[in-house]
Amino acid sequence: MKTLIATTFLAAAALFTVPAASAAGYDGDLQKANIDVTNEASLQRGANLFMNYCMGCHATEYMRYNRVARDIGLTEQHMEENFIFITDEDGEPVGVGSLMKNAMSDDYGEEAFGVVPPDLTMTTRINGEDWVYTFLKSFYIDESRPLGANNEVFENVGMPHVLWELQGWQEKVVDEDGNERLELVRSGQMTQSEYDRAVRDIVTYLSYMGEPMQLDRQRIGLYVLIFLGIFTILAYFLKKEYWKDVH
Amino acid sequence: MASNPDTKIQGGLLGWVDARFPLSQMWNEHLAQYYAPKNFNFWYFFGSLALLVLVIQIVSGIFLTMFYKPDADLAFASVEYIMRDVEWGWLIRYMHSTGASMFFVVVYLHMFRALLYGSYKKPRELIWIFGVLIYLVLMAEAFAGYLLPWGQMSYWGAQVIVNLFQTIPYIGPDLVTWIRGDFLLSDATLNRFFALHVIALPLVLIMLVAAHIIALHEVGSNNPDGVEIKKNKDENGIPKDGIPFHPYYSVKDLVGVGVFLMVFAVIMFFFPTGGGLFLKPDNMIPADPLVTPDLIPPVWYFTSMYSVLRSVPDPFLGVVAMGAAVVMLFFIPWLDRNPVLSMRYRSFAAKFNLAVFVVAFVILGWLGLQQATTEVSEMSLRFSTVYFAFFFLLWFLSKERSAVFSLIAFAVVVGIYTIYDILRFDPSDASLIMWSWLIPTVYLFVTMVAPAFARGLGRDRAVPERVTS
Repeated sequence: MKTLIATTFLAAAALFTVPAASAAGYDGDLQKANIDVTNEASLQRGANLFMNYCMGCHATEYMRYNRVARDIGLTEQHMEENFIFITDEDGEPVGVGSLMKNAMSDDYGEEAFGVVPPDLTMTTRINGEDWVYTFLKSFYIDESRPLGANNEVFENVGMPHVLWELQGWQEKVVDEDGNERLELVRSGQMTQSEYDRAVRDIVTYLSYMGEPMQLDRQRIGLYVLIFLGIFTILAYFLKKEYWKDVH
Repeated sequence: MASNPDTKIQGGLLGWVDARFPLSQMWNEHLAQYYAPKNFNFWYFFGSLALLVLVIQIVSGIFLTMFYKPDADLAFASVEYIMRDVEWGWLIRYMHSTGASMFFVVVYLHMFRALLYGSYKKPRELIWIFGVLIYLVLMAEAFAGYLLPWGQMSYWGAQVIVNLFQTIPYIGPDLVTWIRGDFLLSDATLNRFFALHVIALPLVLIMLVAAHIIALHEVGSNNPDGVEIKKNKDENGIPKDGIPFHPYYSVKDLVGVGVFLMVFAVIMFFFPTGGGLFLKPDNMIPADPLVTPDLIPPVWYFTSMYSVLRSVPDPFLGVVAMGAAVVMLFFIPWLDRNPVLSMRYRSFAAKFNLAVFVVAFVILGWLGLQQATTEVSEMSLRFSTVYFAFFFLLWFLSKERSAVFSLIAFAVVVGIYTIYDILRFDPSDASLIMWSWLIPTVYLFVTMVAPAFARGLGRDRAVPERVTS
């Protein structure tokens, strides 16, 4: 009986070790993003970069501006003045309670890039944080591509290297051992470690974006578990008390 | 006069109600004077826990319905609206998604308990039948619900399952159009799945649960010893080994509820996606009829049946095999004719048979999550064979068999799949086919041939008169 239970649980444990899904079929090693969603400064820097470099093409249309402002410690006024670039039918900037859409039509996106730039609200949940981190660091010069750049992680991606002025340009080189790697051939405004931090900030912001309540649920979960623990202990002693006379 | 408890109970509000509705009578029959065996163990928590999860699902489902929009253009965004804008919406949604998986965890453990202690045997056949029906409806309910978030996995998972009906000869294509309500999976399908998920199936589910419990309380609960407690009654007609369900088991189940809710809370608050098993990453992409995902694995609780489906090369026969894998469960009470209920007193062969069945079910579940390579297909076939052989073995182990009969039966069963192996033999997979042939064969050897020669392996033990602990 005991072995039967043990076998059952061992087999069940094997079921839970499912290999993580890799996006766009990339099977190489991903670099660790090492993000910290509790780091407000990182979130704010990430929001700044994302809204200036990414949101022209990629919306985060399931999220609202004022929610982001509240969660990452910005004032609504700051949000309105710096980050709202889209307008309503009358040409007025949209309100701070609006969904974070963008001005690019699907037709235009398809014409310009061959594919509509996807919404990124949940991109870290779909692809994983490490994937997004590695992706943003893996653009390299490829003259055969329409926009002059290719990506190591997402081959033949339609997206150009938007952050080139920060990172500079990488080229694919083959070293003595015959391994391919990317090498910086023209530097940008940032050093390599500054660029790593910038990408990490963007991923931090996108991770928050994927599940804005992730910190809440862990905090609340702790209290719920404490409550349930006390409840279970009391229930156990209640049971013992009642069962005293059962022989 | 007021000291007489009988007159006291007749009066007041309760008396008024009892004169019009059998409230006290029902309370007594189902709780306060329902005598359950005193030796329930760990496995007996899962019945009441299944009821708890049902309540959790209905209550969280009601709140989700208040904000969800069953419309192909709005459904996906409305789920994100619940996750982001609705106060505590994320909690309700995670509660419902965690509850769906935990429902199956609890139901599978509950079914295992029935197999372990022979709870399907006379006079409890109908309880088992109602239970299998609950399992069937639960699968339909989970399947319909999984389409509603309208993500890529919702869409393509439903596409795969609905298209299974396409394989039925003659009526298949028309049947599929009728199910979808359109020529492709669309808004019409979403609307009807919503109707099924929130009204039709839950209604059937609740009625079946009621039937399950009424049938149970009519014949009384089984126990880990498989001893009939009603055979030993005291002078008041109360079973000597029985204790009133309330308060004894109501307080005991409270402990089970506490532990279970802690597990539930750990998943819900810390691992809501269950590492991709409970909520799949691809389902965060809105449904797109033009883009097929690379891999469309069903949710974990369907993967065992899905492996059975994939183990058969012919699509229609695959569907038949998958259907049979569930339908076989209905026949268990009449396949297993052994008078000993509990595995405690069954032979080694019977214990081994059940253990292998559980392992095969889990392995099939794991295989169903994998890409269909040659190895995965081969293993699916072998463990599907084991899955079905379990039912044959239930019948075979109903009594001690003679050596001759055992050998002939063994040769016939092994012969059937060996002939199939010869017919499908592919030299490029020769070693795979040959070594994996051992999986069902060793299992059948241990359960069928070994007991015929080492009699101790096949002999059941004496069942005690009274429950043991």
